Amino acid sequence: MRSEILKIAALHLKPLLLSLSLILLIRGHNEPGGGFVGGLMAGTAYVLYGMAFGAEKTRQLCMVKPFLLIGLGLLFALVSGLLALLLTGGAIMEGIWFSIPVYGDFAFKLGSPLLFDSGVYLLVAGMLMLVMLSIMEEG
Amino acid sequence: MKLAYLLIILYALAFAAPFVNLYLRKYSGWILAALPILVFGYLLSQVPAVSAGTVYAEEYAWIPQLNVNLRFQLDGLSLLFAMLITGIGGLILIYAGYYMRSYEKTGRFFSYLIFFMASMLGLVLSTNLIGLFVFWELTSVSSFLLIGFKHEKPEARDAALQALLITGLGGLALLAGFVLMSIPYGTFELTVMIANPDLLTGHRLFIPALILILAGAFTKSAIFPFHFWLPGAMQAPSPVSAFLHSATMVKAGVFLLARLNPLMDGSEIWFYSLSVFGATTMFVGAWLSIAQTDIKKILAYTTVSAMGTLVLLIGTNTTYSMNAFLIFLLVHAFYKATLFMMAGNIEKKTGTREIEQLGNLRAYMPIATGIMLLALLSMSGLPPMLGFIGKELIYEAKVNAPGAAPFILAMGFLANTFMVFVSIRLALDIFWGKEVRFTQKPFEPDISLLTGPAILVLISLFLGLFPDIIEKSVVTSALRAISPDTEPVDLKIWHGFNLVLLLSAITILTGVMLYLYKTKTIAFARMVNLRYFRTRFSKRFFDFIGLFLHLTKKKTAFVQHGYHRFYLMTIFIATSVLVWYMIAKVPFTHIQLESLRTVPLFYIAVAALIIMSAIATLTAQSRLIAFISIGLVSFGISVIFITFSGVDLAITMIMVETLMVILGAMVVYHLPKYLNYSGKSSRVRDAMIALAFGSFMTVLVIKTGAAPPQDKVSDFFSLNSYPLAHGKNIVNVILVDFRALDTMGEITVLAIAAIGIYALLKVKLKPGE
Repeated sequence: MRSEILKIAALHLKPLLLSLSLILLIRGHNEPGGGFVGGLMAGTAYVLYGMAFGAEKTRQLCMVKPFLLIGLGLLFALVSGLLALLLTGGAIMEGIWFSIPVYGDFAFKLGSPLLFDSGVYLLVAGMLMLVMLSIMEEG
Repeated sequence: MKLAYLLIILYALAFAAPFVNLYLRKYSGWILAALPILVFGYLLSQVPAVSAGTVYAEEYAWIPQLNVNLRFQLDGLSLLFAMLITGIGGLILIYAGYYMRSYEKTGRFFSYLIFFMASMLGLVLSTNLIGLFVFWELTSVSSFLLIGFKHEKPEARDAALQALLITGLGGLALLAGFVLMSIPYGTFELTVMIANPDLLTGHRLFIPALILILAGAFTKSAIFPFHFWLPGAMQAPSPVSAFLHSATMVKAGVFLLARLNPLMDGSEIWFYSLSVFGATTMFVGAWLSIAQTDIKKILAYTTVSAMGTLVLLIGTNTTYSMNAFLIFLLVHAFYKATLFMMAGNIEKKTGTREIEQLGNLRAYMPIATGIMLLALLSMSGLPPMLGFIGKELIYEAKVNAPGAAPFILAMGFLANTFMVFVSIRLALDIFWGKEVRFTQKPFEPDISLLTGPAILVLISLFLGLFPDIIEKSVVTSALRAISPDTEPVDLKIWHGFNLVLLLSAITILTGVMLYLYKTKTIAFARMVNLRYFRTRFSKRFFDFIGLFLHLTKKKTAFVQHGYHRFYLMTIFIATSVLVWYMIAKVPFTHIQLESLRTVPLFYIAVAALIIMSAIATLTAQSRLIAFISIGLVSFGISVIFITFSGVDLAITMIMVETLMVILGAMVVYHLPKYLNYSGKSSRVRDAMIALAFGSFMTVLVIKTGAAPPQDKVSDFFSLNSYPLAHGKNIVNVILVDFRALDTMGEITVLAIAAIGIYALLKVKLKPGE
């Protein structure tokens, strides 16, 4: 029941969805988006691919195992929370910001919340992949 | 050097132990013992200063808002205990290095043992009650792991659980007692309390606090009626018994009583309860040791008796009893650790611990025989060992005991007689007597197995000959800590002819007589035990636990029945009832129905879509259609979110719903056909629940909208989002910054749920599991 249309669509939509998910993650701090939606979208890319090509091929495609993604996600979030505690002696989960001057007054701001959000992103994507693969490989 | 460093060093060693063991298998015992022995050396070097009256103390803030800090203090009492813990601990590690070779996972064993040692050290050094309690519990946990080390044996698991539950329950009582104690003072600092004891003893909470603290101390020290866990704990490997059940774990309770003595010594009840429970335990332990045949069980019951003696000595509260307490503490630690280690050696070299299957070992292991004999001399209180001085002092204390002296003296005399009998039996029946057929040919234990026992008996012998050394060094300063008004007694091995010496002589003669009629004595003890001591405490305890488990299973089966639909119903009904109750309580404000007229057509259309999809869900003929229809409901809601500029919510909802439908479809694919529709009655019931829930949501939303806007938390976020968190998207800033800890919890739940789904789908049990 694998449809050719779905296959071609999935093949081309996957990179698009993945890049869109990354954009959502990065812009999330100032505009609608964020790690959760981004992670959902990244997971969707693989769900779509899985529907078109089956579980085995999707598993081959994944560079990292879903469990590793989940673990990394938790680790990122935890590390971002502990950063403030270790670096500045502040409270746990306090944001830390680094300003990277680019041109004049304009500076690129990088903070521990982005690390936290990346953790959420990885965890959600990994969870979706894990659940989808488990269901598809069942029976 | 800071005291906290000593603890940190030992805890670090506990974590390093498995690696040391991995790379230095053969010598790991000796190497691991080095650090505790160094710590012992450091403590020993502090003896002159401490006996001169110096008290080292240091404090670390932990939860200063609640007056909970870590405060460590090295005074006479804690120094004495700390030296016993690290010194004997080091010797035990040397012993265990060889003893545990035949076991698996020895690295883990060393880790537990050193962890226990560090916790025990923390316990005796702490003077903040909460800190003390934490270390107290850590010793319970690590002793659970140690007793149950041979976890493949069900008896070992039961014994470990029993010890954990009893000491754990006692620990809870202790915590409650500490909290009550802190109420009059507003602090958990013991030194502050001791400076002003009347505040506690005059307080109305004193009696409850006293009972709770005694419960904690008595369970830990195996005092009657909680004595039964200790013989059970003999399931532990011998190094554990030699360490935990001679000088440390069981002495923690005694230590606490000694520590609290200056605080409580204005109270009559304190002394009465200690005397009564102590004397009873002293007698019961000694009596029960007579009929035992397992060497370690015999030793366990004599330990129970010794703990009773120590508690009794605190309760007697005279100059002699306080001195006797400290001397006997040392005496017992020396001989009991030796005897437990030797029991392990005998088992190792002959394959049995049953006294009746042993005999004439003297011919095979002469050095071991010598060590064991010296230790037994100390246990039966014969010169020239330190045990003799200890026993003489105890008799002196009992003769001069205020109040119930004749009663206590009689109990003490009997207990000592039994001790003498048991000592003779352990000596003669094992090392002399008939040659028996051994399953393996016994030979002299190895040097690692004999080092510890040999050192301990030699110390005991040396101190027996020169007792004034301990009097000057540790006893004087320890007395200052437990009973400031008590003078140290002159310790001598020869007191001249007096009543006490006569008592000792009669005790020994009676003990010998009992041994001469050994078969009759043992038969009599068995008969009495069978007829009058039928109550098996240990069995009763497990019956109680079984009953408790049965009840909880029933309760759990009632609440956690496993039917998802009933869980949902419970949640919906409970929420509806509670919220409707609140809605009815708050007066209804005016609702501007006129504003409904201006609702744009667009909203009406979306609302119609939502309602139609909901109806379609209800009447759907297949699961797939139901899934898609309910997805449509959510899409309608997300459209509403968009129009009210909740873009974040809307995209998230669209993503989630899409995935729900896809995953739902995947699951539906595997489900059996949709055949069983619910009956009419259950449909009516569900409809009523749904109506109740939906209607309260509606009313709640209308009422919330009508309420005047008050101080809103969203104002804070919109004001501070950019300045504090450098983000313009408030929703995201809340999620990843202001409320990041909540999000952390939520993603952890997600991860657990994913693992749960994986386990449900992937892990298949083999038939029969």
